Amino acid sequence: MEKLLVYISGLLFGLGVSVGGMANPAKVQNFFDVAGVWDPSLALVMGGALAVTIPGYRLVFRRQKPLFEQKFSVPTNRIIDRKLIGGSAIFGIGWGIAGFCPGASMPVVSTLNPDVLIFTAALIVGIFLAKLMMNFTENRRARTLAAE
Amino acid sequence: MNVIATEFTPWASLGGGVLIGLATVLLMWTRGNVLGATGILAGFMTPSSSWDWTWRALMIGGMLTAPLVLLGLTGSFPAIEVPMSRFAMILGGLIVGVGVTYGSGCTSGHGVCGIARLSPRSIAATLTFMLTAGITVYIIRHVIGG
Repeated sequence: MEKLLVYISGLLFGLGVSVGGMANPAKVQNFFDVAGVWDPSLALVMGGALAVTIPGYRLVFRRQKPLFEQKFSVPTNRIIDRKLIGGSAIFGIGWGIAGFCPGASMPVVSTLNPDVLIFTAALIVGIFLAKLMMNFTENRRARTLAAE
Repeated sequence: MNVIATEFTPWASLGGGVLIGLATVLLMWTRGNVLGATGILAGFMTPSSSWDWTWRALMIGGMLTAPLVLLGLTGSFPAIEVPMSRFAMILGGLIVGVGVTYGSGCTSGHGVCGIARLSPRSIAATLTFMLTAGITVYIIRHVIGG
């Protein structure tokens, strides 16, 4: 049952992204092009998602734990640091350039659209590159601390 | 770069948003997980256990099924119109991958799940990537392209 419901969650997400126009880079760029051919549609995607998620999360968090797991795995970090803001700023630049974000490109990989495939492959490479860089800086910091 | 005009689609976009919201609430209700595409993809490639891999694979499998369901229902895949070059796809993909990893999330994780929990980190992250995406599109279309 858990497997089925998780699959359905993925399906609903993919349908929402596809129907809403998030997976259409022309629409994404036009959403940001307030000074040009502005298309405000994507504000409604976000609005619709939040209108369901805000009350939905509230209901869910009344429970002691999720249906099938022992606890909720929700991020607890509340510190706004350089890494968060720098990373998010970089993400926005890439989103603006390509018009795809990760959640938008992943479902439409099954269309085998070459632009989607290329973007998603580059996205995966980027994730691994960032993890390597983060490990490298972590190790260097640990070595510096050890040397002191 | 081409500019492809698109029509305002209020009902489809609102409906799409509602579906994304339902998916997000369903995953929290069943598994207690945040529905962040970045986190699900990154965890799928480096899972912490075989069950951790399995649920992520099911989630991604569900996502991949969606365009096929739409093809069956409407006779066509969702519209994917790409105004930018192949090079922009590679460059954009790499930049997005690095950014979401350092920033710990993307539009779904910060923009929907985080904002719904009123997480100050997610609100700051969302404002930041919306702003830089806007500036980037402005530069592409009105500084370089104009």
